[in-house]
Amino acid sequence: MEKEKMTELARALMDLNEQKVYQLVEEKAKNGVSPLEILAECNEGMSGVGDLFSSGQYFLSQMLFAAEIFKNVMNRLEDIMPREESTASRGKVVIGTVKGDIHDIGKNIVVNLLRGSGFEVVDLGVDVPAEKFVAALKETGAKVLGMSALLNFTYPEMKTVVEEVTKAGLRDQVTIIIGGAPCNEQVRQFTGADYYAEDAVAGVNICKKVYS
Amino acid sequence: MTRDDKGKQMFELWLSGNGVEFVSQDAEESYRQKVTRIMDAVQLEKVPDRVPVCPMTGFFPAYYAGITVQDAMYDYDKAASAWKKYVFDFEPDAYLGLFLAPPGKFFDLLDYRLYQWPGHGVQPDRSYQCLEAEYMKADEYDHLIQDPTDFWMRVYLPRVFGALKPFEKLAPLTDVMEIVITCGSFIPFGFPDVQAALKSVMEAANEAVRWAGVLQDVDREVQGRGFPAFFGGVSKAPFDIIGDTLRGTHGIMLDMYRQPDKLLQAMEVLTPLAIRMGVSGARAAGNPLVFMPLHKGADGFLSDEQFKTFYWATLKKVILGLIEEGMVPFLFAEGGYNTRLEVIRDLPRGKTVWLFDNTDMARAKEILGDTACIAGNVPISLLTLGTAQEVKDYCKQLIQVAGKGGGFILCNGAVIDDIPPENLHALIQSAKEYGIYA
Repeated sequence: MEKEKMTELARALMDLNEQKVYQLVEEKAKNGVSPLEILAECNEGMSGVGDLFSSGQYFLSQMLFAAEIFKNVMNRLEDIMPREESTASRGKVVIGTVKGDIHDIGKNIVVNLLRGSGFEVVDLGVDVPAEKFVAALKETGAKVLGMSALLNFTYPEMKTVVEEVTKAGLRDQVTIIIGGAPCNEQVRQFTGADYYAEDAVAGVNICKKVYS
Repeated sequence: MTRDDKGKQMFELWLSGNGVEFVSQDAEESYRQKVTRIMDAVQLEKVPDRVPVCPMTGFFPAYYAGITVQDAMYDYDKAASAWKKYVFDFEPDAYLGLFLAPPGKFFDLLDYRLYQWPGHGVQPDRSYQCLEAEYMKADEYDHLIQDPTDFWMRVYLPRVFGALKPFEKLAPLTDVMEIVITCGSFIPFGFPDVQAALKSVMEAANEAVRWAGVLQDVDREVQGRGFPAFFGGVSKAPFDIIGDTLRGTHGIMLDMYRQPDKLLQAMEVLTPLAIRMGVSGARAAGNPLVFMPLHKGADGFLSDEQFKTFYWATLKKVILGLIEEGMVPFLFAEGGYNTRLEVIRDLPRGKTVWLFDNTDMARAKEILGDTACIAGNVPISLLTLGTAQEVKDYCKQLIQVAGKGGGFILCNGAVIDDIPPENLHALIQSAKEYGIYA
């Protein structure tokens, strides 16, 4: 999305102009703009944030701040949001930090970006055992599984999850992505995952590819 | 004394063994040879006899000895044998002692909330993990800035130690002054729950003393047989003190936008305290190296401007303050530091060590080589998943690039816990095989 074509609200969110975002949301809500429309503008802003991140202009600090502003907007809109989500989801993604690891900052950023890009995300949280990943895949029919880790002793655990997905007969329907500080191509090969995502945006792009 | 005099004095103290009883003359010579090798690499004045190799081990000694992390944290004697076995079997140029294997019982007694550890949320064979949270709220900066010790005592400790929650009721100690009703400040110490908290402090302290005794025994024995400890003291960057300890990653990132001045002011307040911490530990140990794990300033966390303003400004002050007292700050730059190299170059020559993980070592050598000893960066993924031969090939290449002309210590990039022992042998052997300077 080119900056010039962005709405004022999307632009304010992308520029991390916190007070302006809240002010615009307030005005729009008062003027009867539908919450889904407001949300769409915010999603556009978040996607701009993601673009700036992937081009090296934004960093973790900006991502976390953008997510915080976005979360506050969502909370504000919650009361007036229609019960039925009318927008179609771009696709489902199951994600979690693998068993034995309780770190979630990186994973949460991916979750925020995915939701901002219109994906329906099933976030299983941290310390997630293989069977829970498998159950969620079965239940949701998601075509993407994302595994996050910060600690290197999780390599065997990630491998176990891939094996369990295979045993459950889901392997050829699910694209498995790993990400997090200790991951690289060597780790991907070891675990048997399909992709290693270098950063959050790379992960989102893989999801987009799968669901394109 | 000048900075250089103090540095020389600390180095002499380390070289002397600081009261260590050596088992033989060979052991003493070997000890001095290793310390000299490391200091030559650090000071950038002489090329060492060979590349020093000092693996950054976490719980590796426990895995190697076949005991669990839980054993190592709860059975100090088992831990002691494991650590000694590691040093004697692997013969590194310097070792990391038991200080990264903290006493579990101490955690239990104080109901420590900052970590999960084996038996408390983590499996027996896994390392502890830090639980990040907002242990300091966004609106508490003024208290921290005004009186950091009081903040720690009455706000932070009650939040991270369940057993010390009653400390919330204590009065500020600075209320004790020339005014006859001063006994009022002591009243909270008479509350039953505060007294129970004080009792747990004493019990936990006894445990800490017991553990420290074992730790010192290990140090004495290992050093007596010719192996220096890698580090004397510890400290942190002010940004990480607030980010890791008090506000969490999320909190501190938001503070940069919402209350930058308070954050900057708080980091200034913590700077002399971080220097004091590093200096006192290193002096007590008689070893100038001050270990500083760096976290939230790595590539990708902050923009260049944020790094300079929020991270580096006060970290540099801590580094210079430590150097001023004769210490050698050892910066463990976890993650990548590729975009930071030009900034961190602004330091006096031969006074620091920078251990890199995912940083391009050729560039690091080129940019920092005239300023600082560099160390690292054998990848933990290679050490965990690769073969011994692959490790050796990597180290050989790394030594050629980063070890050129001295100023390099061969290390892994991220802390070693559970890796095949032959890969650690390969790492150490590589320095001895490929790292000899003609």
